[in-house]
Amino acid sequence: MLNPKQSDKLASIILYTIAGLVILILAALVGYILVQGVPHLSWHFLTSSSSAFTAGGGIGVQLFNSFYLLIITMLISFPIALGAGVYLHEYANQKSRLIQLIRTAIEILSSLPSVVVGLFGFLLFVVQFKLGFSILSGAIALTFFNLPLLTRSVEESLRSIPDLQREAGAALGLSRWETVGHIILPAAVPSIVTGVVLSAGRVFGEAAALIYTAGQSAPALDFGDWNPFNTASPLNIMRPAETLAVHIWKVNSEGIMPDAAAVSAGASAVLIIAVLLFNFFARFLSNVLYKRLTATK
Amino acid sequence: MDSIRESLLKKSKATKKDRFARVITFSALLLIVVVVISIFLFVASKGLATFFTNKVNLWDFLSGKKWAPGQTNAQGQPLTGALPMITGSFLVTLIAALVATPFAIGTAVFMTEISPKHGAKILGPVTELLVGIPSVVYGFIGLSVIVPVMRHIFGGSGFGIIAGAMVLFIMILPTVTSMTVDTLKSVPRHYRESALALGATRWQMIYKVILRSATPGILTAVVFGMARAFGEALAVQMVIGNAPLMPKGLTSPSSTLTSILTQGIGNTVMGSLENNALWSLALILLLMSLVFNIIMRAIAKKGAM
Repeated sequence: MLNPKQSDKLASIILYTIAGLVILILAALVGYILVQGVPHLSWHFLTSSSSAFTAGGGIGVQLFNSFYLLIITMLISFPIALGAGVYLHEYANQKSRLIQLIRTAIEILSSLPSVVVGLFGFLLFVVQFKLGFSILSGAIALTFFNLPLLTRSVEESLRSIPDLQREAGAALGLSRWETVGHIILPAAVPSIVTGVVLSAGRVFGEAAALIYTAGQSAPALDFGDWNPFNTASPLNIMRPAETLAVHIWKVNSEGIMPDAAAVSAGASAVLIIAVLLFNFFARFLSNVLYKRLTATK
Repeated sequence: MDSIRESLLKKSKATKKDRFARVITFSALLLIVVVVISIFLFVASKGLATFFTNKVNLWDFLSGKKWAPGQTNAQGQPLTGALPMITGSFLVTLIAALVATPFAIGTAVFMTEISPKHGAKILGPVTELLVGIPSVVYGFIGLSVIVPVMRHIFGGSGFGIIAGAMVLFIMILPTVTSMTVDTLKSVPRHYRESALALGATRWQMIYKVILRSATPGILTAVVFGMARAFGEALAVQMVIGNAPLMPKGLTSPSSTLTSILTQGIGNTVMGSLENNALWSLALILLLMSLVFNIIMRAIAKKGAM
């Protein structure tokens, strides 16, 4: 048997090995994608439209679709999440049964497999409401997927504001809503923004909820036409829109173009870089906003 | 007098606004609840149609080994045996969790107890970043790295349970690690100090005090990872081979609930038996995510006492 000192040494060695292995796996993961993908990145790759049968297709339309879908999703989900978060933390009676039930429901929604959320979107919006495979259907499905996380992050942001501020508002004779609107929300803006940008990263990479809602095809867009009601316009929300993540999946599972591996490596690299940027941007923005909105120098 | 009385009893503008805001924010909250309820209602109504409209026996569905909803067997019953997919889903999830747990605990202990400096500077941000990597990217890596390696080692096509489990292992590792780190950090400092003051070595302190008191949190992290792995669709679908057969071994092409679901739902006609049977698979997924949720709650309750 080992004495305690020896087993302590052994355990340390094992822990070092495990941590080293994990770093190795994770570094290899990111390194592999960047090494494989970055050489394929070029202005042409990022801007031209994809081709189904020949080599040399780009991801321009998919990239635009991803960002556009993200913006629409945020436009729908942010107000709802903000409202829900404010009610949950500022108005709700935390001990009431109903509120506890609602919290459970939100938790369940956040743990549902995204493919099930996507299929629900397909059933309700694509089939029942006859919206077809469209950006709108996709954005609504992504909203369902995004709402619980965003609501929770808004609530966490509000929780981080000390009650002193609320008491001060009440002492000045402000109504609860005035306190929230003029004191609490401005103070919470930096962390709310961080939450929004981080959830944007998640929405940006989501694919399973989109394949049957926003569709798997990316019709060519006419970037000179900015009238949202024209079918070829990039701004039209009723057109099918394959996003970058969906494109990677589709190329790998049913693609027949000769350079499928190169296209998906390039697209994966773009996705990872985008997620990285979202992360940095979240930190940066929250720092800047914190300095601007509070008296911190 | 009356005018003063009236102005005192009348609701102020601020109160009215407050009421209004309250209603608006509450309806936002209610909307989320309506979404949750309608997801369950819709998926359940579609998924149960297999059993009520198409008269498929529930037990046959859960235990049948042949999945070909378009065909019928000798007795004229449709072949809707979901056991291959259910087995596949559970196998990949369990293997992924079994592999990921020691790695996640080891890394988390390293980050919090052994080398907090490197932990905070390198490993922490890296794992946080990796949590956000889209699952299709993991699927692509699986397809271009893990599947060829499996083909090389075990022969065959390389697609199969092992490949799926490996992809899921890499995918849930960052999540489980960062959740475990959070629980280890929440173990009070005086626990560590008292253990060391009693003469425990660092490993004794970790093993006998910290890991014991963090057990509920670690379990929650693992179950959370399993729930993610169970519901993951595209990454698994890309590497598992998608053959709806009972897994013969860990390296032969198989399928999971999610992989058959994503593949089939676009190719079947709404309302047909083939389609309803797929919705039944979705219903199983939904119920399983509920089960995972209940397990996490039970652990949290036990841990709190």
